[in-house]
Amino acid sequence: MLVGGLRIVGGATSRVLTDTGALWRLFVSACSRLLLGPFHGETPRLRATVEQGVRAGNRSLPLVSLICVLTGMIMALQSAYQLEKMGAIELVPNLVAISMIRELAPLLTAIIVTGRYGSAIAAELGTMKVSQEIDALVVMGFDPVQFLVVPRLFALVLVLPCLTVFADVVGILGGMVVAVGALGMGAGTYISLTFDVLVLEDVFTGLVKSLAFALIIGLIGCHQGLETRGGAEEVGRSTTTSVVRSIVLIIAADLFVTALFFARG
Amino acid sequence: MSSTPRPAIDVRALEKSYGDQRVLRGVDLEVRRGETLVILGGSGSGKSTLLRCLVGLERPDAGSVRVCDTDIFAADRTSLAALRKRMGMAFQGGALFGSMTVAENVELPLAEFTDVPESTRRIIARIKLGMVGLEDAMDRLPSELSGGMRKRAALARALALDPEILFFDEPSAGLDPVTAAGIDELLLQLRRVFDVTIVVVTHEMSSAFAIADRLALMHEGRFIVIDTPDSVRKCQHPVVRNFLDRRPPESMDGAAKFKKFLEDDLGG
Repeated sequence: MLVGGLRIVGGATSRVLTDTGALWRLFVSACSRLLLGPFHGETPRLRATVEQGVRAGNRSLPLVSLICVLTGMIMALQSAYQLEKMGAIELVPNLVAISMIRELAPLLTAIIVTGRYGSAIAAELGTMKVSQEIDALVVMGFDPVQFLVVPRLFALVLVLPCLTVFADVVGILGGMVVAVGALGMGAGTYISLTFDVLVLEDVFTGLVKSLAFALIIGLIGCHQGLETRGGAEEVGRSTTTSVVRSIVLIIAADLFVTALFFARG
Repeated sequence: MSSTPRPAIDVRALEKSYGDQRVLRGVDLEVRRGETLVILGGSGSGKSTLLRCLVGLERPDAGSVRVCDTDIFAADRTSLAALRKRMGMAFQGGALFGSMTVAENVELPLAEFTDVPESTRRIIARIKLGMVGLEDAMDRLPSELSGGMRKRAALARALALDPEILFFDEPSAGLDPVTAAGIDELLLQLRRVFDVTIVVVTHEMSSAFAIADRLALMHEGRFIVIDTPDSVRKCQHPVVRNFLDRRPPESMDGAAKFKKFLEDDLGG
């Protein structure tokens, strides 16, 4: 009984450590390919990076807009419900802006991009793996990390912060719609109240988060794709695993970064 | 052959296990320059693993693989990259890149590893695809091709950089006899006209005997015989006979098994 329990815990721990090690190695090798590659005479794959960036952004933009407008509206309504009792309705823009920019916009954007693009990476690379396309790349002398992982990772690092800033704006606008329509606040007042409380560090916190999330989405998607073994069924499994793991890690990283900024004051 | 003493591929004492399963048990093999060597073997005989070791996709547990005098598991990055340009491989299912057209697939190694300008790349792709009879399918996507066309396109891509050594995994598996014969004919031409060293892995007897200069029969992770097709035909080794005469191995003799089951387990 005890031995069985220990074996399960030990097995799980060793799998987590192996996977963490593999993710770290993928990260290091992608960074070294990206940063040192040009010195070895490798041409950076700008076209592929742009293509991937467009894919990541285009696919996610409509959903990010919709979800963040709705969330901004919900935040405005929920905070108004509480603040109205204290007669502090003018704090609504403050609350919406801070919570969107520091927390909700980066988190929601990352989760949407995980579903839209992270899963697509895992499925695409997984399919390439099981149909021997990755093997073909290696035999032809291409480095799969340089050829496939770097453009995707780099595109995410560029696109996710942009999407997050967009989500910030859209979320605040959603809050404004509610404030103007339901709370009787003037649009000008709402905007000036928003800018009164915002400091650059709020935006900075959100962007640091979105960078961390971009790395998580890209690394896990690529890793799961490249680790796919067997057939089509396994591709589905890697895709699911990549989404689940990305979301868990994103939320854990969110707490970590938030705590870091909180501790710093 | 004696004028070229160095073999194109030299495999020594190759061992590979997956867990408890020993897939390769000390494989020795020499492929001479300019010959077509066909590696035959049943499923699970280790022939695919050997091929993956030969092209450096799988790292063996022990032993060495030298291709064109380069030890591929000890070579540094640069010499390995140089070696990769001298070998081509056609995969079983084609392994064409699904997001690119057939022509772009063939042009990819040219674009990456040569300074050939784009217009010339297109011409080279047309020539290579013409060799395999696919010039009309240049701008189609791999998903729009039949299995045989995909295999031929994969061959064209493997030939893009005019390799000295060509590896071909199961050239005729899953093809109709006519298409398979077409691919055999193509391999014969390559060897005759371009003097390419060809290593083919297959389990198709007819195609093996049609193209091979030498046949190597693999069984349980070892070569049982490596010889010319004629000598292999005369070989009396029981495993070779079973393979050539399409006889089931004793462990799979259903009638005997059933009889034994009746006698032993049901008490006669």
